[in-house]
Amino acid sequence: MKARVHVMLKDGVLDPQGAAVKHALGALGFDGVEGVRQGKVIELDLADGATEEQVGAMCEKLLANTVIESYRIEML
Amino acid sequence: MKAAVVQFPGSNCDRDMAVALEKSGADVSVVWHKDAKLPEGVDLVAIPGGFSFGDYLRCGAIAANSPICQAVVDHAVRGGYVLGVCNGFQVLTETGLLPGALLRNAGLKYICRTVGLKVETSNSAFTEGYNAGTEIGVPIAHHDGNYFADDEVIARLKGDDRVAFSYTDNPNGSRADIAGILSENRRVLGMMPHPERAFEDAHGNTDGQRLFAGLIGQLASA
Repeated sequence: MKARVHVMLKDGVLDPQGAAVKHALGALGFDGVEGVRQGKVIELDLADGATEEQVGAMCEKLLANTVIESYRIEML
Repeated sequence: MKAAVVQFPGSNCDRDMAVALEKSGADVSVVWHKDAKLPEGVDLVAIPGGFSFGDYLRCGAIAANSPICQAVVDHAVRGGYVLGVCNGFQVLTETGLLPGALLRNAGLKYICRTVGLKVETSNSAFTEGYNAGTEIGVPIAHHDGNYFADDEVIARLKGDDRVAFSYTDNPNGSRADIAGILSENRRVLGMMPHPERAFEDAHGNTDGQRLFAGLIGQLASA
């Protein structure tokens, strides 16, 4: 089984990379992009029986820094 | 006075740190990230700059979960001294020994140059060699040195006189111009600038010398 973890900077934490992407999109003529937030996706291949709770513990311990990031888990 | 410098795969300021500590009078050993114990009787642990584990996942995140870092956390909890410079500061925030986090520089560029710092407090073993308010020049070399913490943490750091150094001209977007902070017991210092690169005459600047001299002098007499 697989799990997919989405890690994003929390709202209120400045995302300079997202801001640069937004600027670049504007420079390419894509109008109407009002904001860009850039995050990361981590896919985990898990042994059968793994639980969302276990993946949550992985997020808390390593995959996300909850001082600045939030995470969302998808069990696939 | 015994000091240990921690080496991770990707550390690159470990030797400079060891030389600065040795020349300031410390008996220095180098410890590997897989070691689960610090050498007996270590007073100070220094976590050097570099790109531990290639900065994968987040700067310092994998190093912070290495066996040696558990020993460093135990050392700090027992009241031991810890100095984290640059990547070492990132590691210390990731272990939770220091609050906040280091984000990508606001201007997105890697910055490598000497910057002005204001010594905000002389009330710590690390900064007692300076007068509070003194301005010094120390090199920075980082891509992720933009200090972030929420308003409450920033207020607490300021209120408790735990900002050790601030930038005189903020290069990276750090909140409250913060360049270095102390732990609650004032024995853990994390800072983005590199005092070990402003140590010898050959560096062209010796403003970092007093940090090591003061720290080692104080620990040697303790």
